[in-house]
Amino acid sequence: MKQRLERATGQHPGDSPIIKTSVRLLVPFVQLFGLYVIVHGHYSPGGGFQGGVALGASFILLALAYDLKTSIRHFSEGANAVLANTGALIYTGVAALCAVMGGLFLDYSALDKLIPLGPIEWRSFGIFLVEVGVGLAVMSIMVSLFWDISSGGEMDEGL
Amino acid sequence: MKALALIATVITGILLLYGTRDFPAWGDPQSPANRHLSPYYIENAVAETHVPNVVTAVLGDYRGYDTMFETVVIFCAGMAVASVLRRNKS
Repeated sequence: MKQRLERATGQHPGDSPIIKTSVRLLVPFVQLFGLYVIVHGHYSPGGGFQGGVALGASFILLALAYDLKTSIRHFSEGANAVLANTGALIYTGVAALCAVMGGLFLDYSALDKLIPLGPIEWRSFGIFLVEVGVGLAVMSIMVSLFWDISSGGEMDEGL
Repeated sequence: MKALALIATVITGILLLYGTRDFPAWGDPQSPANRHLSPYYIENAVAETHVPNVVTAVLGDYRGYDTMFETVVIFCAGMAVASVLRRNKS
């Protein structure tokens, strides 16, 4: 796709110093905002899904402005798979741990026996743990979906 | 065959639209959901979970199962796409 466009127009599509520089400046702030949305989900609109999408979008932005290889260099394929699995495992693990500690499945107040914070405080903290898991999983899956679909599974050249 | 499918779709659509006539009016404060469940969340969410954002409290705590399987659905989608499309170059 990219090569065909290049041959037709005679220039590298999207290869503009303005776009590259602005994306390079933008990406850290997008990631910081994504983390903020995940962590601040208790007090403002947001949470794991929205923050995870913002984090994933920062890597997709890198892939769009530079190329797929730059995106993969910043967020390796292995780390991506590990983080996606970790995210899903954090959620189900916290839920199962509640059951193991003598409460119901997903009843975070049972974790009070592990670290005594108070059952109500644990319900708040349990939501936070779960949101972190959701954020990790959503971020990794968004990025890996983009990588796979934009390159047709080859993982060498994207859009 | 296509005409048959169209007829079936239209009839199902009409039945579904007919079914919506029994729904409570949009935003009706007297509807069962708004009389029973919503006031409970609004009144007790902060006291029971210490989370000022009721949406997060419902999503992460009261309806934790739903959110868990949403995450699992996204996870499965990503794994399915990776296993179908991704080619190992090594």
